Amino acid sequence: MAWIDKLVGRSPIEPMQEHMKAAVACAEQIPELVAAMSIGDLEAIARVRAKIDEREHEADGIKNEIRNHLPRRFMLAIERRDLLEVLESQDSIADVAQDIAELADQRGMVLPENLREPVEALASRVVAACKLAESIINELDELLETGFAGRESSRVEGMIADLGRLETETDELQDRCCRVLFGMEDELGVATVYWHRLVLWIATIADHAERVGNRLRLLIAH
Amino acid sequence: MAWAIGANDVANAMGTSVGSGALTIRGAIIVAAVLEFGGAFLAGGHVTNTVRKGMLDMNLVTEEAILYGMLAALASAATLLLAATRFGLPVSTTHSIVGAIVGFGAIAIGPDAVNWAKVGQIVLSWLTSPLLSGVLAFAIFNLTRRAVLDRPDPMTEVRRVGPFFFFYVFFIMGLVTLFKGLKNLKLDLDLPEALGGSVVLGLVGMAFGYFVLRRVDAGEEVEGNRFGQVERVFVVLQILTACAVAFAHGSNDVANSIGPLAAVVSVVEGGGVAAKAPVEPWMLAVGGLGIVLGLGTWGYRVMETVGKKITELTPSRGFSAELAAATTIVLASRMGIPISTTHTLVGAVLGVGMARGIAAIDLRVVGSIVASWVATLPIAAALAIFFFYFFKGLLS
Repeated sequence: MAWIDKLVGRSPIEPMQEHMKAAVACAEQIPELVAAMSIGDLEAIARVRAKIDEREHEADGIKNEIRNHLPRRFMLAIERRDLLEVLESQDSIADVAQDIAELADQRGMVLPENLREPVEALASRVVAACKLAESIINELDELLETGFAGRESSRVEGMIADLGRLETETDELQDRCCRVLFGMEDELGVATVYWHRLVLWIATIADHAERVGNRLRLLIAH
Repeated sequence: MAWAIGANDVANAMGTSVGSGALTIRGAIIVAAVLEFGGAFLAGGHVTNTVRKGMLDMNLVTEEAILYGMLAALASAATLLLAATRFGLPVSTTHSIVGAIVGFGAIAIGPDAVNWAKVGQIVLSWLTSPLLSGVLAFAIFNLTRRAVLDRPDPMTEVRRVGPFFFFYVFFIMGLVTLFKGLKNLKLDLDLPEALGGSVVLGLVGMAFGYFVLRRVDAGEEVEGNRFGQVERVFVVLQILTACAVAFAHGSNDVANSIGPLAAVVSVVEGGGVAAKAPVEPWMLAVGGLGIVLGLGTWGYRVMETVGKKITELTPSRGFSAELAAATTIVLASRMGIPISTTHTLVGAVLGVGMARGIAAIDLRVVGSIVASWVATLPIAAALAIFFFYFFKGLLS
C-alpha cells in the first residue's frame, strides 16, 4: 500500500494558503507603518520594517518549498503554470510591502498633516483587498473538493468580482492622495517624489491582490 | 502462497480506510478477513479454473509435467512475492503466477502447449482493466460531485444518495456469487433467479445503508472547512467500498494459490490432467484461510505502516476509486480472467485525477509500477523454469 501514498503526491494547496497568509501579513503592517510615519516615530518605523522582513522571509521559504514540490512528473488538478503565476502574484504582495517599509525606514519619512487622512484611507482599503484575496485562496481546498466546477466555483467567481471592485476603489483613493500631494509640491520639494513613489507602491499592493484573483479565475476555467 | 497474498495485498483494499481514520487496524483486519474469505469461497471458482487449466493445453501436458510445473509455479511466485515485499516493490501476485505458468509451459513442454489465445486475453486485460476502472472512477467521482458535493445541502444529499451505492455494491457482489458461482454448493442458479436474488440482497443492503447513514455522527461544522462533515459521512461509504474491494480481491486472487494446487491434487488423486473435476469448495476454503492467515500475521505490520501515514486521498475520492476498482475486479472474476488489484486501483486513482479530484498524482510512480509489472513476467517465468528442473531432479 506504500505505493498509493507515493502515487498520490502532496497537495500544493495548503502551502499556497500558508504562503498567502504570510504575504498578506506583510501588507497588514502597512497601516501601522503609516501610523508610525504620521507621528514621526522612527524607531516604530524600524520595528514595523523588521516585522515585515520576517514575514517576507517566511513567505520566500514557503514559495521555494512549493516550487520544489511541483516537479514535471506530477499530474496536477491545477494547471502548474497557472498555480505558479498565482504564487508569483502572492509573492509580489510581500515584496512591495517590504519595499515600502525599506524606503520609509531609510529616509526616516514623516507623513505631512494634510496627507495623513487620504493615505490612511488608501492603506486600509488596500489591506481589505488583500484580506479578500486571502479568503479567495482559502477557497482552493473547497474548489478541489468539488472538482473546480458548479456552485463552489460560481461562489469564488463572485468573490473575485468583489475584489475587482475593491481594487477600483483603491485606484480612486490613490488619485485623491496624489492630488493632495502635488498640491503640496512647493513646500515638500524633493520629498514629493518619494511620497509619490510610496503612494504608488501602496496602491500597487491592491493590484497584486487583484491579480491573485484573476489568475485564479483562469485556473478554475482550466 | 495464499499466505503471501494475504500479507502482501490486504493493504490494497483496506489501506485507504485505515489511512483516513475510518477504520482501526484491528477492525480493518477483521473486516478484510471476513470479506476476503467470502470472496474467495463464494466467487473464486471461475478464475481458479482458468489458472488451473485454461492457460495450458491439457492434451499436450503430461501428468508429471503438471505436478512439477505447478509446484514450480507456486514456488516461483511465492519467492518473487516475498522478495518484492522485502524491497517494498508493488509486484502483482496475478502477474507472477501467470508468468510462471506460461514460463514452465513454454519451456518444459513446448510453446504449443501454451494456450496463447487465453494468455493473450489475460495480457490484454492488463491494459483494459486499469482503463475500465479509470473510466468508471472518473464517472463515479463526477456523479458524486454532481449529486452530492455540488448541491446547496450536501449533507442531505449524501444521506439520500448513499443507500443507492449500498444497493449497487450488494447487488453486484450478490450477482457474481449467485450466477453460476455456487456450483460447488449445489446451488446453480440461472440468470433470472440470480438477478432476483441479487436485487433482494441489494435492497437489504440499501435498507442497512439508509439506517447507517442516518445514524452517522458528522460532528460540528468547522469554520473554513465546509466539506468536512460530508467527508465524514463519506467515510461510511468508503468502508463499504473497501469491503467490496476485499471481496473482489478474494474472488480473483485466491486462484493464484489454489489454481496450481487444484491441478496438482487432481493428478495425485489419479484424476488425470484434463479432468473435468471442478475446483472443490474445500480448496477455495483452504485458499481463503491462507489469505486470512497472511492477513492476521503479516498484514498487521503492513497496516501499521499505512495507518500512520496521513493520506491525501479524502474519503470521497477513496470511495470513487475503490468502487470503480471493485466493479472491474468482480467483472473480471466472473469472466474467469485473473487481473491485478493494484493495477485497477492505479487506474482508478488516475481516473479521479482526470476529473480534477486529486491535487497531485506522481506519474513517475505510475511508470515504475507499470515497469515492475512488465519485469515480473520474465522473472517469474525464469524462476519457474529453474524450479521446474529443480523439482524434477529432486523428485524423480
